[in-house]
Amino acid sequence: MSAWRLPSGGHIDRSRPLRFTFDGRSYTGYAGDTLASALLANGVHLLGRSFKYHRPRGIMTAGPEEPCALVTVRRDEARCTPNLRATQVELHEGLCAYSQNRWPSLAFDVGQIAEWFSALLPAGFYYKTFMWPRSAWHKLYEPLIRRTAGLGKAPKLADPDRYAQQYAHCDVLIVGAGPAGLAAAQEAAARGARVILCDERAHSGGSLLADDRARIDGQTSAEWVDGTMAQLRANPRVRVLQRTTAFGYFPHNLMGLSERLTDHLAAPPPGLARERLWQVRAREVILATGAIEQPLVFPGNDRPGIMLGGAALHYLKHHAVLPGRRVVVATACDSAYRVARALQAAGAQIVQFIDLRPQTDRPALAALRELGIRCDGDLRIVGTRGSNRVTGVDIARIDATGAAREQRSIDCDLVLMSGGYVPSVHLFSQSRGRLRYDETLQVFVPGESAERERSAGACRGIAGLADALQDGARAGAAAASAALGTADASAANPAFTVDAAAPTPEPLDVPRASVAMHGPKAFVDFQHDVTLRDLDLAVREGFRSIEHIKRYTTTGMATDQGKTSNLNALHHAARELGQAVPAVGLTTFRMPYTPVTFASFAGQARGELFDPVRRTPMHDWAVQHGAVFEDVGLWKRARYFPRDNEDMHAAVARECRAVREHCGIFDASTLGKIAVVGPDAVEFMNRMYVNEWSKLAVGRSKYGVLLRDDGFVYDDGVVARVAADRFHVTTTTGGAARVLAMMEDYRQTEWADLKVWLTSTTEEWAVIALQGPRARDILAPLVDGLDISAAALPHMGVVEGTLQGVPMLLFRVSFTGELGFEVNVPAAEGAKVIAALHAAGERFGLTPYGTETMHVLRAEKGFIIIGQDTDGTVTPDDVGLAWAIGKSKRDFVGKRALARPSMQQSDRKQLVGLRTRDPHIVLEEGAQIVDTPGQRAPMTLIGHVTSSYASATLGHSIAMAVIAGGRARMGHTLYVPMPGGEIPVEVCSPVFYDPQGARLNV
Amino acid sequence: MLLIHCPHCGTRPELEFSYGGEAHIARPADPSQVSDDDWASYLYLRSNTKGVHAERWRHVRGCGRFFNALRDTTTDRILVTYKAGEKPPGEAR
Ligand SMILES: [Zn+2]
Repeated sequence: MSAWRLPSGGHIDRSRPLRFTFDGRSYTGYAGDTLASALLANGVHLLGRSFKYHRPRGIMTAGPEEPCALVTVRRDEARCTPNLRATQVELHEGLCAYSQNRWPSLAFDVGQIAEWFSALLPAGFYYKTFMWPRSAWHKLYEPLIRRTAGLGKAPKLADPDRYAQQYAHCDVLIVGAGPAGLAAAQEAAARGARVILCDERAHSGGSLLADDRARIDGQTSAEWVDGTMAQLRANPRVRVLQRTTAFGYFPHNLMGLSERLTDHLAAPPPGLARERLWQVRAREVILATGAIEQPLVFPGNDRPGIMLGGAALHYLKHHAVLPGRRVVVATACDSAYRVARALQAAGAQIVQFIDLRPQTDRPALAALRELGIRCDGDLRIVGTRGSNRVTGVDIARIDATGAAREQRSIDCDLVLMSGGYVPSVHLFSQSRGRLRYDETLQVFVPGESAERERSAGACRGIAGLADALQDGARAGAAAASAALGTADASAANPAFTVDAAAPTPEPLDVPRASVAMHGPKAFVDFQHDVTLRDLDLAVREGFRSIEHIKRYTTTGMATDQGKTSNLNALHHAARELGQAVPAVGLTTFRMPYTPVTFASFAGQARGELFDPVRRTPMHDWAVQHGAVFEDVGLWKRARYFPRDNEDMHAAVARECRAVREHCGIFDASTLGKIAVVGPDAVEFMNRMYVNEWSKLAVGRSKYGVLLRDDGFVYDDGVVARVAADRFHVTTTTGGAARVLAMMEDYRQTEWADLKVWLTSTTEEWAVIALQGPRARDILAPLVDGLDISAAALPHMGVVEGTLQGVPMLLFRVSFTGELGFEVNVPAAEGAKVIAALHAAGERFGLTPYGTETMHVLRAEKGFIIIGQDTDGTVTPDDVGLAWAIGKSKRDFVGKRALARPSMQQSDRKQLVGLRTRDPHIVLEEGAQIVDTPGQRAPMTLIGHVTSSYASATLGHSIAMAVIAGGRARMGHTLYVPMPGGEIPVEVCSPVFYDPQGARLNV
Repeated sequence: MLLIHCPHCGTRPELEFSYGGEAHIARPADPSQVSDDDWASYLYLRSNTKGVHAERWRHVRGCGRFFNALRDTTTDRILVTYKAGEKPPGEAR
């Protein structure tokens, strides 16, 4: 039995001792311990170093609100979880935990030197101290701060565990299995509701876990909890989730729950997920999330061995641990009185009990005195002693002038503080319910709900066990009625008989702000090392809103989200500002309530399953021919086909030459395809696209340009009329879905009278482009007698036929400037057809090419790529496409906007070509352009490079750019300022190759 | 994640829908007769309501149809959904 463990009592299993290590030292605890309780049982109070000042820190609480006792728990190299609250880590055999943020050791930490320089680290130090000289920030200050400040370190290996995700529905979801939550679950289940009850601890009971005196319906609290839980578990309509934190309240009663399945096990069974993320949609929600005790603010209130009164009671009653033997208790409310009695009864000596409140003649004080406890009212702690554990406190009476009188020192090994309980309204606030400030309790409580939700028990300011039970039962009955649509029977109160001896915590009856005691190192936010002085400084420097004070001082911004600091900070700021608390405001509560692992959000969506992959029907053909792929959206597209260890540059140069001299073969299947069909198809196309479609004959195609109604280019593509009432529309690869969505929008909501139907056919067709002077020679023998001569199938002609028996829609189109065909066949035939074409073309020098070559070839011809040469702010005229606009059309999407004066200005950015004076220089895409050399920053930027390549065909680099008034600058020299110096460029036509288009019409 | 009632299919999670901005902004029948300012308003000006907002949704991963909803932007509560082309319920009141 360790020195601080009681011989009996508590909810631990003394027959199951567990060995564990902390910072490499071995200790023993029991099943039922947390890491915190087991360390306390071994007399270990020093658990870590603080964030900013590296001050020694211990265990302050017994729950999820713990700001200080953060540890790393390590199973192996990959299973190493930082920043866990020791108060929530369940002990198991062989548990291996480490302290954080210390060097070289926990007990001796050189970073604590930071405290000697703490004058340099006031509120807002990020914004002030380190701003000068600027050059030192990156080299000196930031690396230093990053090394010394901070929390634990993430493991470097991939997470080997599995994480499950599950959806669930229920009538009533109850968060919290304390007295109110259990009563609510019992009542809701009794009325036939499907209930989910979740609780973050391993044991149900909430505050009852630390209460062995209460009697409920004649049972001890433990008997009542066990009986109620057994009843609930036996009910098939009830699901109980232990070790499950409700971390986020999302709209329409969707609750995010994080269930920890294996962290408490010494040897988790293989295959069992480590965590399960629940998304529960509930008809009604009951929040029974309890209340969180607040610390007192006094100089040196952060030393190890200083903890909350309720936490000490929890360790005593639930874990049978005495956290200290010579105890000072300081309180601003009544709840600490029973803590003092309990500790005294368990063998500790209360060496001093002080009540901060001004009355010195409380009956409760007199009652303590009768137990031999030295106690008094109207006293304060004005300082503490001890390095790695508290060894004593200084107490005094503060007179009207603020001076300390009757100061004396007391030796102790434990200080308990009690600043009153604050309702845990995090989830309520997340649900966008409105909080109301309760002047009596001096806390925020739930006001008007935004969701189908109700709070019950301590989380809405209900104090006392009997009232909490009744409140929970009422909420359970009301929620069940609301969910099931039955008559509200909540008025018929279920009766609980609760022993009057059960304690009834009372509200603060001093102004909460006055519990704060000024002095050095009076911490408000323990995790972010924010002191009263920091708050004072923020107020002195003019910050008025708590939102600003919070950001300036970083109070409440740590991983604990200010569960033990927000209210103290708020009250103090309100007092300093001379304003009422509600006027200063309350900061927003955000999810998650406690940190949730990224892995549980990711679930199965990792590695190969992270994103779906789209492969074309000819993917394997490209793999066989050595393609290097690139991701284009979800598609895998062949980028180039290197041979004999070619790099990309060499491969692209070879592929380009092959297309220009012989023929290339290219998988264009990813192009978006939409079938526009119906009697009004032509009218619909006329309204959507800028082009005139009425005169387009069946068997002909046209380059179409699509705008948004703001007049800017949205998409482009070849559109074929395959029948009088049928268009085959192609879109960009990336635009396929959004173009269809835009078309559907107009069709359904603006022109619902048109008889036209839209169908995505992207995945119906495999598309193989044959581009190059030999394209016809290769194709002609394969198309089963179809005449594809220049006369029969001219440029932009479209014909249906078969290719070796496979149905085919054949386009004569070119995105390269060469004679070209695009063979469309049913997707399932794509692999067969590309193999046949490739084999037939080999003797003509047919060469597979990828997207990179496609880009170079189209740029040589000045063809734009939507999204690369356009950016959502260019008109058709800006990119030289005004010729496509059907001039006689009364209306089309974007027409009216093009008539706005700003769309006509001559200094709009226009697409031009650029040639570098040095033909070997390839400009960087995105590089900015200026019109005079030698400018100093800030320069006058007149445009930027949109596309840039080395052209093997032309023997020099080429580029496209959008430049203000660009077409009027033909022949001018402009400059591209780069880190290595200015690059002179000459403005030219964006069509670099075969400007007359002679090569197309062969 | 919102629960949205598609007037054609029933109640489905938000994942199946795409948002379509403010509802009841009709494209002028003859844009050429609209002034520059009015066209700019049609394109860009929206009410940015705090409170009950009429807005468009599309059941894009379901029936594919557009419909309208009245949603309270302060609570995300959806009061009612109705088919495209219909007046917001309660308009007659
Ligand atoms: Zn639907």
